[in-house]
Amino acid sequence: MSDALLDLDAISVSYPSRKWKAPPFLALDRFSLRIEADRPRIIAIVGESGSGKTTLARVVLGMLPPTGGRMNYAGRSITQMSKPQRASFRREVQAIFQDPFAIFNPFYPVDHLLEMPLRIFGIAKSRAEERDMIETALERVGLRPEQVLGRHPHQLSGGQRQRIVVARSLMLRPRLIVADEPVSMIDASLRANVLSQIQALRDDLGVSIIYITHDIATARQVSDEVFVLNQGKTVESGTAEAVISNPQHPYTRLLVGSVPRPDPDHGWSDLSGQLEDQP
Amino acid sequence: MSEPLLKVRDLTVSYLIKGERGRAADNVSFDLHAGERLGIVGESGSGKSTLALALMRLHKPPARIEAGSAVLDGTDLLTLEGEALRRFRWSQISMIPQGAMNSLNPVMRIGVLMADPIRAHEKGWSGDRIRARVAETLESVGLNRSVADLYPHELSGGMKQRVCIALAIILKPKLIVADEPTSALDVVVQRKVIETLKDVQKQIGAGLIMIGHDMGLMAQSVDRLAVMYAGRLVENAPIRRFFRDPLHPYSQLLISSLPSPDEVREMKGIPGAQPSLFKLPSGCAFHPRCPAVQPRCKVEEPLSRSITAERDVACHLVSPETADV
Amino acid sequence: MSTATPITRPRGHAVLRGLAELGSNVKLTSGLVLVLSLVALAVIGPLLVDTEMARPISAPTNRPPSPDYLLGTDGGGRDLLAVIIASTPQTLRLGLLAGLIGTVGGTFLGLVAGFFGGWLDRIISTATDVVLTIPPLAILLIVAASVRSVSVEMMAFIIAALAWMHPARSIRAQVLSLRERAYVEIARISGMGDLRIALFEVLPNLLPLIMSSFVAAVSGAILAALGLEALGFGPQDTPTLGMTVYWSLLYGAFGRNMWWWWAPPIVILAILFIGLFLISVGLDEAVNPRLRRQA
Repeated sequence: MSDALLDLDAISVSYPSRKWKAPPFLALDRFSLRIEADRPRIIAIVGESGSGKTTLARVVLGMLPPTGGRMNYAGRSITQMSKPQRASFRREVQAIFQDPFAIFNPFYPVDHLLEMPLRIFGIAKSRAEERDMIETALERVGLRPEQVLGRHPHQLSGGQRQRIVVARSLMLRPRLIVADEPVSMIDASLRANVLSQIQALRDDLGVSIIYITHDIATARQVSDEVFVLNQGKTVESGTAEAVISNPQHPYTRLLVGSVPRPDPDHGWSDLSGQLEDQP
Repeated sequence: MSEPLLKVRDLTVSYLIKGERGRAADNVSFDLHAGERLGIVGESGSGKSTLALALMRLHKPPARIEAGSAVLDGTDLLTLEGEALRRFRWSQISMIPQGAMNSLNPVMRIGVLMADPIRAHEKGWSGDRIRARVAETLESVGLNRSVADLYPHELSGGMKQRVCIALAIILKPKLIVADEPTSALDVVVQRKVIETLKDVQKQIGAGLIMIGHDMGLMAQSVDRLAVMYAGRLVENAPIRRFFRDPLHPYSQLLISSLPSPDEVREMKGIPGAQPSLFKLPSGCAFHPRCPAVQPRCKVEEPLSRSITAERDVACHLVSPETADV
Repeated sequence: MSTATPITRPRGHAVLRGLAELGSNVKLTSGLVLVLSLVALAVIGPLLVDTEMARPISAPTNRPPSPDYLLGTDGGGRDLLAVIIASTPQTLRLGLLAGLIGTVGGTFLGLVAGFFGGWLDRIISTATDVVLTIPPLAILLIVAASVRSVSVEMMAFIIAALAWMHPARSIRAQVLSLRERAYVEIARISGMGDLRIALFEVLPNLLPLIMSSFVAAVSGAILAALGLEALGFGPQDTPTLGMTVYWSLLYGAFGRNMWWWWAPPIVILAILFIGLFLISVGLDEAVNPRLRRQA
């Protein structure tokens, strides 16, 4: 067996309950996932709100310590990294967020987001090299540098902003990207562009991607493997085709069957009896 | 065919900001028959929400209705004023606003919230009669009548959204305008809410205008679909025709850019971005992104015209002769 | 790419462009005009009028306005026009100095408390709340009474010591919201240190709030100074607007119908407060996100 880039072994995250004497709330329940170092994959984590998918993203990014289980990155436990190891973890594991507006500091032109990591990680040797790297990265994601540099975030479209975020990740030569609902706030006509950029990261740069989403259709389009989360637990996992085209678990079936197809003749499948609201 | 319930003609709503004018709705015309469901899709900034608000006369400055008419059952919505407008709203035309479920008054019980519009419109009703209507309406949206005694925070998102539907239909209006009625809901609940909405709309025989951006959801919800781009209706067609044979290049691209959950296809986006309403390109507003652009499209704005009896398209390349219908 | 159309690349910070936008804000502009006209009076006035005439016994006493003494003279033989021109800058200086110290101190404390949280926050917040409950005039009276003669600077320091709480509170509240923003999170993921995040990611976004806190602190400080002066605890040897009011009260200018003694300082103060009020309201409007979003 080859080395794992990321190895999550029975990761749990629990919060103390707010109610008196109630058991703690399990946001993530013994979640396991292994990404091989030499085989870049796109892994979709599919779930509804409250399924624990965003908690998982925060754990992988090192922003939230798990309360149970083991998490190794490149063979080292995340909780016991030395300073330089931690710095390289921070550089190699990057994030793409849902709201491509909120991650821009409104005070600065968008350049700030691109310059910041280059300076902190000491990647560019000079201002000229920095400029060069930024422009190359922007061109890679299909943006003309002169169209976006020097502008403020509110002057750009959602698709442009999200592609700048992809460009930012790209410059850092990451090995793993956690993309939390990267296209849910982008207009339909621009989604495909951002998603193909994400696929290109895997294919051209060998980056593995954890794609966190509620959208089964895009998960089917871009991912290799799918994990379906419900209330903190993995209910089904496997190749995207197997899980989505031939779901076994009743919850997955319910989820896949509830996606509205853009075809008036292919109505919602009959799932009567499974659709009761939980207050 | 019978007289339509709602006839919108040349409706123009503009924003005036710092001396610049942008038209969020530019000469929009469409018909809606009683019992019919019309979807209006568009990307953010296409003017679809402004259009919905203008029909309710709930648009706020700097938005202003510049021209046009919207006749609902013989009454022009756009000329009603004061008391007449107040009486008309809710009893004749009601709205499920965007994000409504999060704006239910948190300190009022659902029953009280729902009795409010009845009290405001039906002065003579007894308490028992009001309570009966509230209970009956709650049941029609699939909620237990005991929900009337609960506060909004005691309900799940799906239940809250159903309360909003119940609020909209409590006076049995002739027209319901729903702006993104399921935008914050998960797919499973979304489906249930849409089915409820369709159900009650059928029961009371109202017309429904549903504003949204999710084409899949539209395919499952409405009878006709109108596509809005930069303030203009570029296509308006029966839903099956629309998905089987979209005529406007923008409609075609929208459909082909939809990811499918059932098979892997090459993903195609639409290059470029929607223009700002304040800086529209010359000619057809879509021409810079259009794959079939002709020299004529850059100078002359295409007007919406009937391709068949029930289908309108605004594109120079589509005419009754070229369309294969 | 040499034939590319000229591309306008907007340069400069949001705040600077924001300032340009503020020009169209009527309240802010008129407030600035009022305050700046007082500053102009303070700067140009001494060139036209001999401020030495503001000293006692420089002129005949108790004269109503006349061509020789445009605003008349007071009971101590001061030329009141000279008094006004000499004292307006003193009052402005006091307000600006106290407002500046209070705002800078408050911003620092609020930023530290809000951003770092924990025990630092608890100490600072508790201290702020405790000091807020003390009536400032009481403290000021005690301090001013125990110091024999106060200068304008000393008064500014005394007042500033009680002017930092409101800025500290509002800045802390804003920081609590800003530090949860995604851009702070991504700075953290990028490996940026806390101090740099506080200074370069959070602080710039506080500028509008700091500006409006500053204006409020300036008017609060001038008001506090007036209170002290009207009670006779102001600087005895420097003419200020408040001391002029105090002298006029002390020598019964009201009873003797000497309106030219008490009216001019009150008119100047009214202009100053209306100006500061308009600036503050105008800034509020500019900062209010609900109003800004329409842009």
